[in-house]
Amino acid sequence: MLILICPYCGVAVDETELQPGGEAHLKRYGPGSSDEEFEQYLFQRENAKGVHFERWRHVNGCGKWFHAARCTVTLEVFGTYPAQMIAPPEELCQLIAAKRPGWRWREFG
Amino acid sequence: MSKRLASGGRRIDRSLPLDFTFNGKPMRGFAGDTLASALMANGQKIVGRSFKYHRPRGLVASGAEEPNALMNLGTGRRFEPNQRATTQELYDGLVARSQNHWPSLEFDVGALNSLVSRFLPAGFYYKMFLWPRAFWKHVYEPFIRQSAGLGQAPAARDADTYEHFNVSVDVLVIGGGIAGIMAAQAASASGADVLLIEQSAHWGGRAPVDGAEVEGQPAEAWVENALTELSARENVRVRTRTMGAGIYDHGYVLAYERLTDHEPDPQGPRHRLWKIRARQVIAATGAIERPLSFAGNDLPGVMLASAVRDYLVDYGVSPGARSVIVTNNDDGYRTALALHAAGQTVKAIIDPRMKATGALPEAARAVGLRIETGTAIAKVKGVAKVDGVFLCAQSGDGDKTEEIACDVVAMSGGWSPVVHLWSHCGGKLRWDDARAMFCPYPDRAPTGADGLPFVRAAGTATGALATADVLTSAVEAARAATEALGLTAPAQDVPTSAPTEEEPILPVWVMPGGAGHKLRSKMWLDFQNDVKVSDVQLAAQEGYQSVEHTKRYTTLGMATDQGKTSNINGLAVLSQSLGIDIPEVGTTTFRPPYTPISMGAIGGEARGALFQPIRQTPIHAWHEDNGAHWEPVGHWRRPYAFPRDGESVHDAVMREVTNTRDTVGLLDASTLGKIIVKGPDAGQFLDMMYTNMMSTLPLGRCRYGLMCTENGFLTDDGVVARLDETTWLCHTTTGGADRIHGHMEEWLQTEWWDWRVHTVNVTEQYAQIGVVGPDARNVLETLGGMDLSADALPFMQWAEGKIGDFDARVFRISFSGELSYEVAVPAAQGLAFWEALIRAGQPFGIAPYGTEALHIMRAEKGFIMIGDETDGTVIPQDLGLNWAISKKKDDYLGKRAQARSHMTDPDRWKLVGLETLDGSVLPDGAYAVDEGLNGNGQRNTQGRVTSTYHSPTLGRGIAMGLVRRGPDRLGEELEFTNVEGARIRARIVSPVFFDPEGEKQNV
Repeated sequence: MLILICPYCGVAVDETELQPGGEAHLKRYGPGSSDEEFEQYLFQRENAKGVHFERWRHVNGCGKWFHAARCTVTLEVFGTYPAQMIAPPEELCQLIAAKRPGWRWREFG
Repeated sequence: MSKRLASGGRRIDRSLPLDFTFNGKPMRGFAGDTLASALMANGQKIVGRSFKYHRPRGLVASGAEEPNALMNLGTGRRFEPNQRATTQELYDGLVARSQNHWPSLEFDVGALNSLVSRFLPAGFYYKMFLWPRAFWKHVYEPFIRQSAGLGQAPAARDADTYEHFNVSVDVLVIGGGIAGIMAAQAASASGADVLLIEQSAHWGGRAPVDGAEVEGQPAEAWVENALTELSARENVRVRTRTMGAGIYDHGYVLAYERLTDHEPDPQGPRHRLWKIRARQVIAATGAIERPLSFAGNDLPGVMLASAVRDYLVDYGVSPGARSVIVTNNDDGYRTALALHAAGQTVKAIIDPRMKATGALPEAARAVGLRIETGTAIAKVKGVAKVDGVFLCAQSGDGDKTEEIACDVVAMSGGWSPVVHLWSHCGGKLRWDDARAMFCPYPDRAPTGADGLPFVRAAGTATGALATADVLTSAVEAARAATEALGLTAPAQDVPTSAPTEEEPILPVWVMPGGAGHKLRSKMWLDFQNDVKVSDVQLAAQEGYQSVEHTKRYTTLGMATDQGKTSNINGLAVLSQSLGIDIPEVGTTTFRPPYTPISMGAIGGEARGALFQPIRQTPIHAWHEDNGAHWEPVGHWRRPYAFPRDGESVHDAVMREVTNTRDTVGLLDASTLGKIIVKGPDAGQFLDMMYTNMMSTLPLGRCRYGLMCTENGFLTDDGVVARLDETTWLCHTTTGGADRIHGHMEEWLQTEWWDWRVHTVNVTEQYAQIGVVGPDARNVLETLGGMDLSADALPFMQWAEGKIGDFDARVFRISFSGELSYEVAVPAAQGLAFWEALIRAGQPFGIAPYGTEALHIMRAEKGFIMIGDETDGTVIPQDLGLNWAISKKKDDYLGKRAQARSHMTDPDRWKLVGLETLDGSVLPDGAYAVDEGLNGNGQRNTQGRVTSTYHSPTLGRGIAMGLVRRGPDRLGEELEFTNVEGARIRARIVSPVFFDPEGEKQNV
């Protein structure tokens, strides 16, 4: 049972208060996009072994969506941040680099 | 024969006798006894039968690891099977019955399995039941049904209550032996908030039994002082009868407290499940002694050496008159010395090591005990009990050299640290060759959210066996834990203890080393599941290499004891058979709980009315008073119909439909979702959420809207009303309110976070009542108030005002095809408004109707229902709803997906009406068959029924369904199948069966 810090409430939130939302930082493709782009957007997901970025909602709390950077192997949480960003914060990327040198996740790292 | 000795027994109180029964036979024990020690004191040798061969089984252990002594405990509403006699404290009036035998414990028909045991080898179930097929029904299944399952399922509802308890601590110490106590002392000295739990009713673990000394005093006295001191500290909580059941991610721990299992007349909750968040965990979980594998080691009377010592020292019970000790390590000599000190006869100590010269063997020699080194037990003599042992050389193949008569064999194959809790959350193990045990590997500890270790082992759980090492590891674990918390503890000296010099263990996995197949097929590894050395060797021969596969194939360690005494021996035998080292074989996965916990504890308070709280509309009580037949819809209860005296539910539904169509009906629609969407960008936002254009909806108007997922599939529908320039009210389905509100928030927060929109779910703020039928307007006008005429409030518009004294928002929308007003009033006025309508409607013949009448009326009109016509694979275009999909918009959720080739395929199954030729009602979900067979040899299909009812309005069955190219095939006949396989013919028609022009709703 994970504990994540809700970046809005600032409190350590138990997993029972959270709703998982899958991969973070997806770029939406709508009408006019190619079949490949749309397939990539809607279905193709990272299956990271190690550093991963994902969406969570503090559903039984403030109701806000946020992002978490987490290691899928050890469940170490590197940090959480608001969902209203198109890339992970630079400080967080540096923190992850210190702990997991050479990490890479999609176009980040 | 086992018996109570005249003196001794540190846990029992001889002044407090307790009466109990075993298989109906009255017996007597003392306060402080376990059921196991009391049975032994009463001379009860056989306590159960094994699972596969129904072999007679005696007590092997004295604690949680006991594989054999499983009991049916209690009676009636307090009956429970599979309780371990060794962990059940005795109380006055306890009723115990042995299990897994028929007709009696002493004579059991199933034991015949034992005679055919060579036909029941490892993997028997996989090998035998394949063929011939008829044997399954007539031979195998009755056989398995007769023999399967341990104990009996309780027949009556549990009389007890259970509870959950949430707690957060700095340091959780699991295990109340001297290591756990030491660790709790050291950790709490830093000021950390400490919880110390112990699974049994007693503190101190093995140390007092084994004669350890701490700080110059007997362990028992040290423990008592330490507990007194600990209990006085404000930052320390201690609990006995509380087992650490499992350690999970990020410091989550479950503990299982047995509050009243030892009480004759239990009051209050029986078990408490502790849900602990611990920042640091110290696992001081001790160690379990291993059996030795020699022929006949499963006979009642063969016990773990440590257990023999426990029964003797803790309960003053001698397991037999004459004992033989067999041990490959020095610790086993403690049992010989304890028996000797208690005046019991020790016939011999059998030690496979070539020499035994440590302090303990020398002490045994000094008191004149016979020690045979380099020696093994060739075979235990006896049927259903131990009569003696045959000796042989450990290095040989079992040639008997001597027979010794005895009735107890105390065996010690060395100790295995209890690494279960360490391992639950990813802690790794390391094989210690010198001590022949898997130990926690401190460099690979379970790590928490910060990536740092949060579990530390202490005491014998680390593999430490000497008292000094045990205490040192505990102090060290406490120091590491407090440092991890950022606290500083005062320097802690390790208490002094008497030194113990022990010589190395000789790992012995098969005794004697060269035993042939005949002996190996009598060497038990798993006593409960009847897995023998020969079974594991057969599995290896048949190609099993993974320990996990071997476990499942042989069932080794899969019994209720989860292999606590058998796993290490089993994997050692496997490694020998495969010719590889033990660490290469590895262990099976340790999974929580450590020992079984009750289902009641897991459920806690969540049962009966608290299992899933029911949502009630403001009018719920009226429905209940008026005989509603309930239907669960999401977490709500809605009236399905209101049957009158003597009326069937079906007849009530028919009456409600007819009454509503002829005069006027009343529907409690309060459960419908209501979401306010407000803001400068709300129109733009709703244009993305709905397939329709909502931004252009004029003030005062209503529009039926469709919502799709990004994958294109229809997910919800409902009427949207424009409240003011920047505000819309979105109605959702009853089950969809929370989901759709979440869906809106997700898109707003994660995709269009710069749009100025606010959403609020106001579902429960309003009671909403449908006044439906030709007399609807007349009823409302009787109450007086706002103008509800066709001119003032036309179809698909809404208005706000007063009806009678009620604050009302009135929507002229219809889900029935009738003249219909849906009136929302503040929730607090809901019941009064409903009652006012019932009174006002009396002259018109008003009657409430339920969800089934609602369904029939909407089906008569061809209106779709989310969840009936949709199932997550249906797009609006399949349902003839193209009119509700805006052609002017560039984008909406699902638009791109709906452009994919298979979504625009003309062969898609589409919505039509279906009319049986004979007027009967089609079965729900029935398929329309097509020519030919599919790849699985099944008939091809070309459509299916999605909604089907008897229509009282039309006097016949009506249905809606999805049919390939359906709308192009009006008038064609299809064949549907029912579950019996019969064919029903139906014609494809328009889905609108009633009032196709919509004249009735638009008056």
